[in-house]
Amino acid sequence: MDRAVKSMLEVTGLRKVYEDASRTVEAIRDVSFSVGQGELVCIVGPSGAGKTTLLKCIAGLLAPTSGGVILEGNPVNGPPPAMAVVFQEYGRSLFPWMTVHDNVALPLKQKKLAAERREELVRDALAAVDLSGVDGAYPWQLSGGMQQRVAIARAVAYEPHVLLMDEPFAAVDAQTRADLEDLIRVLWHRLRVTVLFVTHDIDESVYLGERVLVMSHAPTVIMEDVTIDLPDERTQLETRSMPRFGELRKHIYSQIQLAKQGWRPPSD
Amino acid sequence: MKDLMPSLPRRLAVTLALPVTLIAAWWITSADSQSFYFPPLQTILQTFGRLWFSPHALSDVGPSLWRFSVGYLAAAFLGIVIGIPVGASRNLRNVLEPVLEFLRAIPPPVLVPVLILFTGLGNEMKALVILFGCIWPVLLNTVAGVRALDEILGETVRSYRIGGLSRLWHFVLPGASPQIFTGLRQSLSIGIILMVISEMFAARDGIGFVLVQYQRTFAIPEMWSGIIVLGIIGIVLSLIFRAIEAWLLGWYHGLRQSQRAG
Amino acid sequence: MPVTQATRVRARLTARTFIWLQGLAGLVGFAMLLEIVPRIGIVSPDYLPPFSAIMVALFKEMTTAEFWTALSDTLEAWAIGFVISVVAGVAIGLAIGSSHLLRSLTHSTIEFLRPIPSVALIPLAVLLFGSQIQSTLVLVVYASFWPVLIQVLYGVQDVDPVARETARSYGLGTWAQIRYVTWPTTLPYLMTGIRLAAAVALILAITSEVAIDTQGLGKEISDTESGGAVAIMYAYVIVAGIIGVIVNLGARALERRVLAWHPSVRLDAAEAGA
Repeated sequence: MDRAVKSMLEVTGLRKVYEDASRTVEAIRDVSFSVGQGELVCIVGPSGAGKTTLLKCIAGLLAPTSGGVILEGNPVNGPPPAMAVVFQEYGRSLFPWMTVHDNVALPLKQKKLAAERREELVRDALAAVDLSGVDGAYPWQLSGGMQQRVAIARAVAYEPHVLLMDEPFAAVDAQTRADLEDLIRVLWHRLRVTVLFVTHDIDESVYLGERVLVMSHAPTVIMEDVTIDLPDERTQLETRSMPRFGELRKHIYSQIQLAKQGWRPPSD
Repeated sequence: MKDLMPSLPRRLAVTLALPVTLIAAWWITSADSQSFYFPPLQTILQTFGRLWFSPHALSDVGPSLWRFSVGYLAAAFLGIVIGIPVGASRNLRNVLEPVLEFLRAIPPPVLVPVLILFTGLGNEMKALVILFGCIWPVLLNTVAGVRALDEILGETVRSYRIGGLSRLWHFVLPGASPQIFTGLRQSLSIGIILMVISEMFAARDGIGFVLVQYQRTFAIPEMWSGIIVLGIIGIVLSLIFRAIEAWLLGWYHGLRQSQRAG
Repeated sequence: MPVTQATRVRARLTARTFIWLQGLAGLVGFAMLLEIVPRIGIVSPDYLPPFSAIMVALFKEMTTAEFWTALSDTLEAWAIGFVISVVAGVAIGLAIGSSHLLRSLTHSTIEFLRPIPSVALIPLAVLLFGSQIQSTLVLVVYASFWPVLIQVLYGVQDVDPVARETARSYGLGTWAQIRYVTWPTTLPYLMTGIRLAAAVALILAITSEVAIDTQGLGKEISDTESGGAVAIMYAYVIVAGIIGVIVNLGARALERRVLAWHPSVRLDAAEAGA
């Protein structure tokens, strides 16, 4: 796949060390990769691999100990306006005192958009995630899957250049997860947004991604950058039963097993 | 409740059964009362009607409620305004906590003599006493509420670059509001107590003053009627508070219900 | 570098010590404020003596017999009233809570009587008992009974119906049911109620001493104010505050210890009472 892609996101030599009164923990040792414009890249790794830490550093929510993140040529020092994050705990990332509509509209108010434009974006975003009828409801009146859709709609309405997703479907049931995965691919195609998707589910990473970055155990480095050469048209039923899917999955799975045993790639 | 909601007449009957019985019992047992301190309920109610449904009743109740409102609202405002930064900063909390715990442990009525020194016997003294007594529950609960704001929600707010006043209005205040209301509720009862005490101690008008006058002049039925008025004020203020809370915290009650069901 | 257990413990202690020091700094700062403000005349020292003068007065008072009598009078009224309200609250709460009918019948009456300020009873208490301790007890019991009752009712309501059915099907009598099913669930709520009642009882005890002139710390405060012994008055105010802090901390420590056996501390209890 030879695309003259402009580099959207560059992560160089990212290192994150946690220090508190009693101990020092090196969560991320050295992570470097780049994401081209419009790519859908998945990050997968064993639990304890610092995936969430990595995502927070990229999102500007956490300052790395060394190394950095560059977004569209500018260094990331705090949450940049061109990025939107979708967290795993949807119940806690939506404002319970606001309706679905107001939840989606709030970041847009921050962007100081005109009311008309704001309404348009909210409407379109809710329609894009198939939630047109519930804008007057409160988040806690909705099911888990619907709540996560609201969070996704909020991110989409924000018109970000990069969409960061931190294990967003880990807390929903399997059927809902399948629907949401397909939703992500549809949105990605339609909006041409760059997506960085963190997950612990290998199958999900292969199904969704164009590339899969396999993380090692903490202190984290990238074990491998796997290109997913599956067709662009993906469906739950067909794609997952393709032989190539099984090969990729098996390959990544064995990498993860190595990671769990503490194996890491030889340093360059 | 798992039971089906009973019909309205039945609910009304259950609600009123005990109170009506108690009042009837009071009426009957005191009907022939010769006791000086416990006159017949009938007498009390007659006195009540005579005293408190007259225009001059307002001049007794009015000043009390005015002082209470000023003191209570000022305490609510200050408690929240001070509580928010203290709740947000761990260092501020650590430094101020012992001092605040000490100040809130001082029984507010104790300050009546203290404040008389500073401001004499006037309205300021009473409003200040109410303020000083009411501020602590609000302040400490605000601190607790701000402290307990959801981390994930906080990160969401940060990631969307929602800061400053917007953050305060859309995140901090609503997030801490259930806890703040707990404090406001406690302050309500304390405020009423202080309103009465400060007037009993040193005043020229107000309910507390009137009550003490009746007691001193042994106007017993009048005194009882005054007690009833105080009770009614307590209940009415409590109902008003509940109504406001239901309006502002409707989302919270809904949220808790859905959590309990799920 | 392996981090030993000792290093971790030491580090945690250092963190805690630091917090203690911060708190101490706050207290010292407050005392200094109280020292400086009257001295430089922002407030007249006649109304607010400097902190040092208050401390001197306090230590002098502590050598008098009156001080200790007043203190023990207040604590006596507090303790008796507090115990009465807890016992009454638990007994009545368990009784009402055990029957759905009783609960619905009494609900309106409780909600009606609850917000009535206990100070409304002051004139009545004065007429009946004058300045004796019984007046104080009337106020203390009336005020601190309600938190206990309300919390016990919350607790009884929170009992798992499945557990209760199971107990009944095993033929456990009323007393056994209370002991094995109702009581453990109610305990966290009761502890919250006790904490609230302890604080309220102290406030009302001192309040009635100020208002009715019964013996105790409150009476000393109002007497010294009218007598012009301002520094001594503040000394007693500080003592009242310190007693209040001790009662609050003690109640919280007791709550923690009892509930250490109950990992399921209820969010509701904390919310309802705080």
